[in-house]
Amino acid sequence: MSGKTLFEKVWDTHVVVPETTDTPAVLYVDLHLVHEVTSPQAFSELRERGLPLRRPDRMLATLDHSTPTLPTNADGGRPYANAEAQAQVTQLETNCREFGVELHGWDSADRGIVHVIGPELGATQPGMTIVCGDSHTSTHGAFGALAFGIGTTEVGHVMATQCLLQRKPKTMAIHVDGQLPAGISAKDLILHIIGTIGVDGGTGYVLEYRGAAIEALSMDERMTVCNMSIEAGARAGLIAPDETTFAWLKGRPRTPQGAAWDVAVATWRALRSDDGATYDREVRIDASAVKPTVTYGTHPGMAIAMDAPVPAATNAQEHRALNYMQSKPGQPMQGTPVDVVFVGSCTNSRLSDLREAANVMRGRRVANGVRMLVVPGSEAVRRDAEREGLHQVFTAAGAEWRVPGCSMCIAMNGDLAQPGQLVVSTSNRNFEGRQGKGARTVLASPATAAASALAGCIADPREYLVEVAA
Amino acid sequence: MKPITRIHSRTAVLSDENIDTDRIIPARFLTTTTREGLGKLCFHDWRYQTDGSDNPAFPLNQPQAQGCSIVIAGRNFGCGSSREHAPWALLDYGVQAVLCSEIADIFRGNALKNGLLAIVIDELEHRWLLKHPGIELVIDVREQFIALPDGGRIPFRLEPFARHCLLNGVDQLGYLLQHSDAITHYEQQEKAA
Repeated sequence: MSGKTLFEKVWDTHVVVPETTDTPAVLYVDLHLVHEVTSPQAFSELRERGLPLRRPDRMLATLDHSTPTLPTNADGGRPYANAEAQAQVTQLETNCREFGVELHGWDSADRGIVHVIGPELGATQPGMTIVCGDSHTSTHGAFGALAFGIGTTEVGHVMATQCLLQRKPKTMAIHVDGQLPAGISAKDLILHIIGTIGVDGGTGYVLEYRGAAIEALSMDERMTVCNMSIEAGARAGLIAPDETTFAWLKGRPRTPQGAAWDVAVATWRALRSDDGATYDREVRIDASAVKPTVTYGTHPGMAIAMDAPVPAATNAQEHRALNYMQSKPGQPMQGTPVDVVFVGSCTNSRLSDLREAANVMRGRRVANGVRMLVVPGSEAVRRDAEREGLHQVFTAAGAEWRVPGCSMCIAMNGDLAQPGQLVVSTSNRNFEGRQGKGARTVLASPATAAASALAGCIADPREYLVEVAA
Repeated sequence: MKPITRIHSRTAVLSDENIDTDRIIPARFLTTTTREGLGKLCFHDWRYQTDGSDNPAFPLNQPQAQGCSIVIAGRNFGCGSSREHAPWALLDYGVQAVLCSEIADIFRGNALKNGLLAIVIDELEHRWLLKHPGIELVIDVREQFIALPDGGRIPFRLEPFARHCLLNGVDQLGYLLQHSDAITHYEQQEKAA
């Protein structure tokens, strides 16, 4: 008898009504995360139909996308990008009050990017199904949860029924063998993986990352990897929970406490793919071959080692991408002049990401003419970073230390780059115009972003970390 | 949702691969709290020049593309975010169907729930359609084929439930609510475990 994959174990325990040829499965959702951008139309729908929320206790809301990252004005007002952004935030506050949803709003000490605070609060747990109207919900797969992004119609479905209509996706194992070299981060690894399997390599699949190099990652690093599953087209990416997971979660507010904790851990230990389990597709990646990796085009699959030559365009889309980016075939990205550096986003805004950037920058200055924004992922990350003095490392270097939010990752809150500017960004998408109309995005790790800010051009962080590498 | 059985239109071609949701509707327009009126923002930064006038290089601005409600798009259309604003914007702009050899998962699901036919076709036929803009097609949802002007047919396959909902204008939330008892039973078992 063949065994089950981790994904199948989580899926099977959440089936309310099994799928048939004619109808998809009714799948139960354990945790529904909510933010201001993709929820208002769903709340309106419920209101129009006179429907209540089925399980408000399984919802958790925050403000992150449209929120300014500059502090309050002298009069206490928030510097919103425009009246519509403010109205959207106010709308979520009203909706949460009216429907009884826990909101981590402006007055919460836990507010932050939805995919940062879910795990921080211990709301994200192994074996759960987790959804949010946000494609980077895949982040929570780092805990062995089946977590994926949904549209606003489905947000309404979950609000009213706590369920979704789903067809069972295919499975793909990504075995990452060996060990990441010194100075190479989880971001380099996931960019390398997407560059290998392609921007649509995961379409129709749920990924499972496994192997020695994955087991060696911290939880922050695992979140970085799972976060970008969607950039390979996969709605979800999972990693089996282990001692690293349990140690990270223990004591967090929403986790089981006391004897219930031990019971939960015993259950979670079974959340591993069985030896005989089979996947629809398997890919092998050699971690030891990963170098500092960056993107050179306009989707995350156009990723290469920063010292490798940019490949020549093979079709019209690649021509357009290279032209937009002003990337030169045959030349490496390393050394390309930089205008803006952004450290933040649900991919790379956790404490260890900020430490990684600060280790490169300590005692050094951002190059003349380069603007650098550092935006912590949550109020908790901000507090911890300030306790360690990381904010001073950044501000002393000439970078801006901001209030938590999505900021320049999606550039809908006023934090953006100007047309033509090149941004080295720790975020997840380098689409045309993603960080401002005409802005050019190069995705990179926090260390590479920091090194590039110092050098004024795309730079190898290992040159700044000699004492670490030695 | 109104039932959709067939769509009859000439085609317009957006041959770029990997047209992402930020290109379909840039994130800065997502501060809206309604579904309506997004058509004017569809493909905004591609469709308009900096002075706000139409960009003549944008394929759907060209005279022969006017009135076309079927778009043949390059592979992996709709990749990127889960924003349902993308299908809302396309529908409001007048696009009723997107044909492609591969469509991103979340976008495809969102599109079908709103009555935008996101249809995957074989690579060979996809390549042919990309090279022949402006031809008249009839998309038959019930029989799952696309009729060509010469009488030829391109078969496609929709997920059966999505097809059923399109043909009958089924409200999926209403369908889910019919399973309330099963959901309650699941929750009781979960509590007991």
